[in-house]
Amino acid sequence: MAELRIADVHKAYGRVRALSGVHLTVRSGALVAVLGPSGSGKTTLLRCIAGFEPPDVGEIRLEGRRIAAPGASVPPERRRIAVVPQEGALFPHLSVLDNIAYGLDRAARRAGRATAVLELVGLAGLQDRMPHHLSGGQQQRVAVARALAPRPPVVLLDEPFNALDAALRAELRRDVWQALRADGATAVLVTHDQAEALSMAEEVAVMRDGRIVQSGPPELLYGSPADPWVAGFVGEAVWLPAVLDRDRADTPLGTIRLTALEGSAPTGTVRVLLRPEQITLVPPGAPNAVAATVVRRDFYGHDAMLALRLDDGTRVAARIFDPASAPPAVGDEVCLHVRGTARAFPPGERASGRRPRGRRPSGPA
Amino acid sequence: MLAVGVALIPLAYLATRAGEAGWDRMADELFTARTGELVVRSVALATVVTAACTALGVTLAFLVTRSDLPGRRLLGVLAALPLAVPSYVAAFAWVSTLQGDAGVGSFAGFWAAALVLTLVSYPYVYLPVAAALVGSDPAQEEVARSLGRGPWRTAVGVTLRQVRPAVAAGALLVALYVLSDFGAVSILRVDVFTRAIFTAISLGFDRTGALVLSTVLVALTALVLLAEQFSRRRAARYARLGGGAARPPGRVRLGRLRWPAVLGVAGVLGAALGVPAVSLLRWFGEGVSRPGSLGELADAAANSLGVALLGTGLTMMLALPVGLLSARAPGLLAMALDRLAYLSHALPGLVIGLSLVFFGINVAYPLYQSVWLLALAYAALFLPLAVAAVSAAVAQAPPGLEEVARSLGRRRAHVLRTVTVPLAAPGIGAGAALVFLTCMKELPATLLLRPTGMDTLATGLWTRTSVAAYAAAAPYAALLVLIAAVPTWWLSARTGVLTRTGG
Repeated sequence: MAELRIADVHKAYGRVRALSGVHLTVRSGALVAVLGPSGSGKTTLLRCIAGFEPPDVGEIRLEGRRIAAPGASVPPERRRIAVVPQEGALFPHLSVLDNIAYGLDRAARRAGRATAVLELVGLAGLQDRMPHHLSGGQQQRVAVARALAPRPPVVLLDEPFNALDAALRAELRRDVWQALRADGATAVLVTHDQAEALSMAEEVAVMRDGRIVQSGPPELLYGSPADPWVAGFVGEAVWLPAVLDRDRADTPLGTIRLTALEGSAPTGTVRVLLRPEQITLVPPGAPNAVAATVVRRDFYGHDAMLALRLDDGTRVAARIFDPASAPPAVGDEVCLHVRGTARAFPPGERASGRRPRGRRPSGPA
Repeated sequence: MLAVGVALIPLAYLATRAGEAGWDRMADELFTARTGELVVRSVALATVVTAACTALGVTLAFLVTRSDLPGRRLLGVLAALPLAVPSYVAAFAWVSTLQGDAGVGSFAGFWAAALVLTLVSYPYVYLPVAAALVGSDPAQEEVARSLGRGPWRTAVGVTLRQVRPAVAAGALLVALYVLSDFGAVSILRVDVFTRAIFTAISLGFDRTGALVLSTVLVALTALVLLAEQFSRRRAARYARLGGGAARPPGRVRLGRLRWPAVLGVAGVLGAALGVPAVSLLRWFGEGVSRPGSLGELADAAANSLGVALLGTGLTMMLALPVGLLSARAPGLLAMALDRLAYLSHALPGLVIGLSLVFFGINVAYPLYQSVWLLALAYAALFLPLAVAAVSAAVAQAPPGLEEVARSLGRRRAHVLRTVTVPLAAPGIGAGAALVFLTCMKELPATLLLRPTGMDTLATGLWTRTSVAAYAAAAPYAALLVLIAAVPTWWLSARTGVLTRTGG
């Protein structure tokens, strides 16, 4: 258990600025996800925390003790911060058990810590295998076990589920989460997968261009993103032009209440953010319903996404649940109704940074 | 730094002597038609042999590791064995075999030397390339195949490019070796730099002449190194991408070419191994039947082993830090260290020997006339071999693994011992075996620096051949080849030709 405090960390490789002023505090025992697109500097941040790279400016403290500052870095082996790298990076010349026991002292080895952790990650019985005889998911489990074995106060995970297929990924996420909880370790998970970040972490820090643009609980991030870019990166966004009237906005989808905000809210002509699941289909003739035409339908099984065009030409998207019961087809006329509140943004900013659909290759971020 | 110090002793000697001689004397010696001729002939020989060795070494390595060549395990190991045959033994074997049929002197000159040098030095290319081929990532080849390239085009366009660093390193060694070889060129009477330097010293006691020629030779070597550096800059440092779990690479089907390929490989091996073997066997019977020869032989063998082991130990100790540095921190310093070590390699053993005599008398007198000075000479001579092996081996151990190990609370030294070295061990071991072999075979420096009265197999052989006692020389040669064959066999097996390509 340890609190990790990162203050104003800068790091440049030659002319490329990987980190430009990162502030982040990870509460003791929390699991924080650092979410960002490739090239946003998240892996560099992780390498600075682990001690593989010294920061150019700024400092990192672990439980109040300064572990990294320019010219005064604690070497990685004395930080007690374990790392689960992207591809596992198991020692190819050591068996599963020897891999896990690598960071253990003699007493812990004798006490059977390695087998206990092996069980924790669900690989009991595989201790004598060599790494190249394991599947990708198993290798990743061993890598997690190896990191957890010495009971490090902090565990860093660098896109650990990247190379796995979706079903395996969900299962491994759950198991890793449980293993981390069982040990009470503080964990930092670096990922470009917003679903992974939102589902696993207690707090998500969104990174862009070497800075953390917003951090907070997943619900806050999704519901109240700090800017349009974050809004688009953490989920599907529906943007509507709107005219403000105190705490309400007039939009092509009718009048919508605004999310209560501290500080100054924009006034006049704005854009408002809705999430597709806030737009529901209602029977024709319902009060406040707006007519729209179905342009496209993406079926996902548990839900479906409808791309719709309003009569005035505005394009919106709606997520419909239980899509198998009464599926509207392309070209159908439907009626829409908005639930919940909307978040208003000034009109100028462009909503770039669409959420990646599915997996995409990630270089060193 | 110590390692570089050792490598620099000979260069320092050269510089000191050149300073004493003065520029005018140097210029007189330098700008002559003979020097020009020597440059042309040395460069031509080095070029021809390097090209031939590259072609032969890469082809053999590919056939053995990546094709369905019948008997490839055995052939693969045998193909490395010419490394155990010293160039002077091979030259002597060819001369003595062919003389019987066609009269004295028919087998000599440029092309004879090129043939013999190619046959003894192609393993410098073959071994690293075979190791790299076995260790390379099959995924890239699979991608090439999936993009519509046939197996042969994939082999040329992807596989061989992947192993380019290994090819370049091997070719560099061959080029340097040819420039500094002394035994074969003097037996086959090709006037190149080394032979001219030796003649200048041993016949004319012309130190300045020898010095000037050595300086030009060093300059040539520097040019070779520079050229290699440029080619290396364009080639990426290579390592398997992704996880540590390796899949064995696929094989190319030779089809109708199978048996011609076997015949070709067997032909090369016959020329490289068969000729020396037959010739040595012929003389061997006569040699061992002489009274008292067995005791001398045993002494010489023990001396050879002892000195070679000492030299190998010292060389590897010095090479490990340099190799690690050049693989892990490819900065200017590491590159300079690396290149300097190579530069001293091209100095003929003779010059190294002389410079260390000078060093022993003037600087480190307690070492003079001891095996330690000889070991130092070996270290100065063979450091590049060891450095190349160590840095290639360490480059195969991904730095990510070291980082993980350190994050698990292990100190640098512990990580080096438990992760880097075990992963690099096959490569480092191969380097050590190579150094050991070369120490066993080394002749001129051993002649100059051995303690008085001590005979090794190489010097025993030399003493007897120089008085034309071929029968007496043969047992030394045979034993030398046999002892050298042991590490060579192991070396060849460790590249994975034996263990990992079965099936």
